[in-house]
Amino acid sequence: MSVDAQITDDMATIRGAGVDSIVEVRGVSKFYEPDTQALLNINLEFPRGEMTTLLGPSGCGKTTLLKIIAGLLEQTEGEVFVNGMRIKGPGPERAFVFQDFALMPWANVIRNVSFGLELRGMPKKERYDIARRYIAKVNLTGFEEKFPHELSGGMRQRVGLARALCVDADVLLMDEPFSAVDEQTRRQFQEDLLSLLQIEEKSVIFVTHSIEEAVYVSDQIVLLSPRPGRVNKMIRPEIDRRGSADEIRRDKRYLDTVEEIWHELRDYLE
Amino acid sequence: MEVLGYRIPAIFSLLIWCVVWEFIGRYELVFIFPPFTGVLAEFWNLMGESAFHRAAINTLKAFSYGMFYAIIGGIALGFLMGRVEAANRLLGMWVNIFASAPLSSLVPVIMLLFGLDQTTIIITVVLFAIWIITLDTMAGVRHVSQSLVEMGQSFGASRWQLLYKIIFWAALPEILAGIRMGFIRAVKGVVIGQLLVSIIDFGRMFATYSRNLYMEEFWALTLVLFIFALSISFLIGELEKRVEYYAAQR
Amino acid sequence: MSSSSVNLLERTGHPRFRIAPVRLWQLASVIAVFMVWEIAGRVPISVAFPTFLDTMQALWTMILDGRMAKAYAKTLEPLVIGIGLSGAFGIAFGILMGLSKKFQWIGEPIFVVMQAAPMAALIPLVTFIYGIGVAAKVVAVVILAAPIIVLNCYRAVRNASPSLIQMAESFQGTRLQTIRKIIIPDAAPMMFSGLRLGVAAGFIGVILAELLITPNGIGDLITYHRSVAEYADMYAAIFSIVCFSAIVVGLLEKAEVVLFRPEKKGG
Repeated sequence: MSVDAQITDDMATIRGAGVDSIVEVRGVSKFYEPDTQALLNINLEFPRGEMTTLLGPSGCGKTTLLKIIAGLLEQTEGEVFVNGMRIKGPGPERAFVFQDFALMPWANVIRNVSFGLELRGMPKKERYDIARRYIAKVNLTGFEEKFPHELSGGMRQRVGLARALCVDADVLLMDEPFSAVDEQTRRQFQEDLLSLLQIEEKSVIFVTHSIEEAVYVSDQIVLLSPRPGRVNKMIRPEIDRRGSADEIRRDKRYLDTVEEIWHELRDYLE
Repeated sequence: MEVLGYRIPAIFSLLIWCVVWEFIGRYELVFIFPPFTGVLAEFWNLMGESAFHRAAINTLKAFSYGMFYAIIGGIALGFLMGRVEAANRLLGMWVNIFASAPLSSLVPVIMLLFGLDQTTIIITVVLFAIWIITLDTMAGVRHVSQSLVEMGQSFGASRWQLLYKIIFWAALPEILAGIRMGFIRAVKGVVIGQLLVSIIDFGRMFATYSRNLYMEEFWALTLVLFIFALSISFLIGELEKRVEYYAAQR
Repeated sequence: MSSSSVNLLERTGHPRFRIAPVRLWQLASVIAVFMVWEIAGRVPISVAFPTFLDTMQALWTMILDGRMAKAYAKTLEPLVIGIGLSGAFGIAFGILMGLSKKFQWIGEPIFVVMQAAPMAALIPLVTFIYGIGVAAKVVAVVILAAPIIVLNCYRAVRNASPSLIQMAESFQGTRLQTIRKIIIPDAAPMMFSGLRLGVAAGFIGVILAELLITPNGIGDLITYHRSVAEYADMYAAIFSIVCFSAIVVGLLEKAEVVLFRPEKKGG
């Protein structure tokens, strides 16, 4: 599916023609009665195989947009295309990772991880085998029989991640996935996520309000500004990620990008 | 409470009350309270009487039918009102009114329309139990974490799958609490129903005992009913404990 | 619109469905129920089932000729006295139980038993000591209402915010000050809701007493008119007591919200 680069007043700058976009958002607006314009005329392309982050202060609509792409919310105007097809609700090509983990507390880890497959009617042995593989990928082997209340916050989110990976979707949608864990765990998660995605080759749309996190993990960052929610700017960090985690966090390009975004967003905090 | 270094569970305070009762009975301080030991003796007698057995079986049957309908109806209604806003607005007012109304005033109507037999008792049980089950189920359903529901939706769950794989389990602690309250109210309903109808089962026995001032028999029968109510409450409480492990987590 | 109702919109899948105000729905459902009643009465589903309009007419007549007022006076007198006694005793004993482990030990099991068990079975007994007058009905109210009030007050005091109590202690408050200034105010909402539950139970008690043992009040209106097959009058009496208790309990709920502002209590 080809994309024309179009630049108008309201639209963000999109990469040139020929880019393969896995998700396309066209003219999406979201209005809540009586007077809240959560999103206004959003036009975005999400390149296949890349991690795109939606970043912005509270109220800019980033989670709203993510949930519209996920099919969990219905937009007031506009359309969303995934793999070229218009979406009407959730679908197997998209998987969601929740901020508060959304684990079923009455089910153990392996049941939670295999839940997406369970809903599709896959037989138990098959889906448990698949689940075990992904439990291993998130380093939770040995915890299959445990229940959520026996796990730490970080472990619970890994269960959520494994569950999303199990269904082998094309797009991972992550809603501030690391905001509910402590800072050290969060950093570890960011690093683990990067290495995981290098193997898995998924497209990811990521929502966060942390600038460092966005710059650390993303191939491109969409800056959103609030009231009404609209696209303000697109940034490609272009950081050399071959170094160690610490090296990346001290890389000049990394620090400059963080500064640049911080200045952009500061205007909206006033 | 501790005595001589041993912790005595609170339940043993009931023994103290029984001693007080015995005292009152022995010294005939209040005539409606015969000695507790006398009541206990009658209790054993009662257990052997075939009249009691018949009454107990009839009562249990009516109680079970009534609770069955009340649970099914209450849970269904609670789900309906919890998931469909229109149902909540239409029915919510009525459920709340009936949950706290003096339902005993409605029993004469039921007696009038359905006669002085088991049907009336069954309907009375349903009437007493269903509202609290509905309200608690509804509360449980409404409090299901939106995140969990969205999680199910994001993985493609159908409406039915959402209901029985997620919403039901997430609401189960509240549902069980409602059922426990429902059982307690139902026992009260059975007793009130039988007292008002007064010619069947325990109602008749109570009427006979009080007419003839058989206080020990009266209290023995009362004890039976009290023990029944408390046992049910205890059993369901145990069930609730089994889902407690995740109730706090939701 | 609050976000929860927005979520509800999304959940029901009608993002543009405007939900009319609650009052409109309630009015519609009330009218619907009355219509069904009227139709059922006309069918008739039973000889003993009067129509809605007949019942309303009987109600109006009974109000006009003073029978309603007389009956309510007879019913409300023991109810108010009984609730007053239960409330005073209940709050006092509940606080005592909440503050003292000894009182909790001696009191909790017996009151739990009294709340769960069908105390109604004892109402016929009451008449042997107290006859068939106001006293008997007061006792009926008390045995049904007091346990609930006691237990609610006890639990409210027990669950008073530990961090607030520690705060008072950190400022060297005395035990008495802590009780008066922290524990009681913190427990007040739950104690009030216990009172509300007690009132509902009290209604049951007084009506039951009137149906079973005493020949006056609303309960007696019900039994009398049933015995002479004046069903519209009987139903009218029942309708009035159900409405009355609904209004009273509803007012108490409103008072609870206004006085204690539960939505403003932080978590």
